[in-house]
Amino acid sequence: MKVLVPVKRVVDYNVKVRVKSDGTGVELANVKMSMNPFDEIAVEEALRLKEAGKATEVVVVSIGPAQASETIRTGLAMGADRGILVKAEGSVEPLAVAKILKAVVEAEQPGLVILGKQAIDDDSNQTGQMLAALLGWSQATFASKLEVEGSDFKVTREVDGGLQTIKLKGPAIVTTDLRLNEPRYASLPNIMKAKKKPIDDKSVADYGVDVTPRLEVLKTAEPAGRKAGVKVKDVAELVNKLKTEAGVL
Amino acid sequence: MTTLLIAEHDHETLKDSTNKALTAASQLGGDVHVLVAGGGQGTKAAAEAAAKLAGVTKVLVAEGPAYEHDLAEPLAALIVALAPGYDAFVAPATSRFKNVMPRVAALLDVMQVSEIIKVVAPDTYERPIYAGNAIQTVKSKDAKKVITVRTSTFAAAGEGGSAAIENAASAADPGLSTFVGEEVAKSDRPELTSAKIIVSGGRAMQSRENFAKYIEPLADKLGAGVGASRAAVDAGYAPNDWQVGQTGKVVAPELYVAVGISGAIQHLAGMKDSKVIVAINKDEDAPIFQVADYGLVADLYQAVPELTEALGKLGK
Ligand SMILES: Cc1cc2nc3c(=O)[nH]c(=O)nc-3n(C[C@H](O)[C@H](O)[C@H](O)COP(=O)(O)OP(=O)(O)OC[C@H]3O[C@@H](n4cnc5c(N)ncnc54)[C@H](O)[C@@H]3O)c2cc1C
Ligand SMILES: Cc1cc2nc3c(=O)[nH]c(=O)nc-3n(C[C@H](O)[C@H](O)[C@H](O)COP(=O)(O)OP(=O)(O)OC[C@H]3O[C@@H](n4cnc5c(N)ncnc54)[C@H](O)[C@@H]3O)c2cc1C
Repeated sequence: MKVLVPVKRVVDYNVKVRVKSDGTGVELANVKMSMNPFDEIAVEEALRLKEAGKATEVVVVSIGPAQASETIRTGLAMGADRGILVKAEGSVEPLAVAKILKAVVEAEQPGLVILGKQAIDDDSNQTGQMLAALLGWSQATFASKLEVEGSDFKVTREVDGGLQTIKLKGPAIVTTDLRLNEPRYASLPNIMKAKKKPIDDKSVADYGVDVTPRLEVLKTAEPAGRKAGVKVKDVAELVNKLKTEAGVL
Repeated sequence: MTTLLIAEHDHETLKDSTNKALTAASQLGGDVHVLVAGGGQGTKAAAEAAAKLAGVTKVLVAEGPAYEHDLAEPLAALIVALAPGYDAFVAPATSRFKNVMPRVAALLDVMQVSEIIKVVAPDTYERPIYAGNAIQTVKSKDAKKVITVRTSTFAAAGEGGSAAIENAASAADPGLSTFVGEEVAKSDRPELTSAKIIVSGGRAMQSRENFAKYIEPLADKLGAGVGASRAAVDAGYAPNDWQVGQTGKVVAPELYVAVGISGAIQHLAGMKDSKVIVAINKDEDAPIFQVADYGLVADLYQAVPELTEALGKLGK
């Protein structure tokens, strides 16, 4: 079974993004970019399946600017076998990403696609579900445990009330939650090795997908700020303030 | 225009998140119908509750085993089967609908707008991006709208309606996934997303036992829900459904008490809209103090029992 893992290049989770003063977006010049953390978890899970003899090949794919090849290299350095870069300039919304991924899936024929549950920049939490819909495949979002059962899968999901376990008919789409695994760091030898692994260069045009955005961003603004309040000296003062000043007790 | 609101319920009672999403749905301007899909007897009761909500003009009920366990594929198929009659589809951004709605959107060839916090116009909405560090105003150019609603920012719609209840046309279950089991914690405490007060613990709690010994008694004194940081959940001190943050639950209670939580942006994303924030942390430079209305620099193992006791004396 081949496993396909879509990986997205996003602003590193440690960066506190700033809204541009003209309201046209957030400041992305000279900020550190990394692989979306949920996608690292997805790559890790695919590698573990391969190491357990349940997967034969792990292919990472990214849709984005030329620099997204760095994100693919990160996946290759972790241990993925090869990469596919689908070059796209500007914004590609989840629906368009899902359409491109559908075309990649049709060409690659994986038995499983593992995606992150959400990208930490746009926080949409959509792409995996959309890909499952377009392919007519089963889906398990927010996975915290994944087991292969022949060509099918058993997945435990993190839901609002706790955990849910479902069985998926393969081929299937799984999206990762934080507690699925702890991703490995790429070792230096593996980073060197990754430089020789193949990355297939494609463009959106190769797949004939219309990526015209459906959402028009009218403006991007700073959220309403919150000022630091006061420090209280002890529990008694805290209780007093909560009661008389804040009125929440 | 007519909007279909998909109801959140636990197969017995309608959830408060439905009332909040209804407020957003009503702001789109058209008629609002509510779809209640579920398994078993309780579905009817939830539908009857939905029919009483102010502003709802029709309730559709779909009852069947395929809808019993919130599987995405059959519920998406049902909503898509109903789609020709509707211009917009609205659901609260709970884990059930985060799972289902993008599937609906893709089947309708629509770009979903996730977790809106404000309706600016029927086709224009505000939504947070980058863990709430920026607010985007987006206009949807799609003919039909598919929207999930961040419920913490909308007031709950009240009662006062008397809508007709009808059976929804059925849709075939694609049969792609099956339910195996679930682990749902039963608790008498208020649910995080509707609690008026929340007490959350972080990595500093050090163990599941300490959560039970320090956080839970304080929460019980306050009649509060219990939350946790990711670090506490990852370490196994608290169950996953307690996680508050960018990738957990987003809450906005009247009072949020953060105990031994540093205040990483991913955590703040889930609670910074709380009305009053209290932080207890032994590090006076912890970033949580930058958003706290009342900060107490103290060792939680001393301060929390003291606070619990002081509240007891207040008759809490
Ligand atoms: C108007 C607009 C302008 C935008 N401008 C920019 C911009 O300037 N710079 C920028 O970086 N982003 C921008 N974005 C965001 C971005 O283009 C898409 O929204 C994004 O590709 C989808 O990610 P998501 O967070 O919405 O998806 P989610 O559904 O949250 O992502 C879930 C998962 O899908 C997979 N995935 C998502 N996108 C990709 C991808 N491109 N390649 C491979 N796998 C993927 C990953 O596994 C990911 O974990 C913009 C979006 C909009 C709507
Ligand atoms: C993709 C991604 C998603 C994430 N999503 C979330 C999310 O949804 N929610 C979330 O919470 N985090 C999330 N995180 C994690 C986040 O970045 C932080 O790591 C996490 O919030 C830290 O938890 P904490 O504050 O409990 O732990 P720490 O940062 O370790 O803070 C512990 C605090 O306890 C204090 N302390 C220690 N001992 C005591 C004592 N005896 N008395 C008083 N104070 C004490 C310390 O001073 C410190 O400030 C995410 C991270 C990533 C990368």
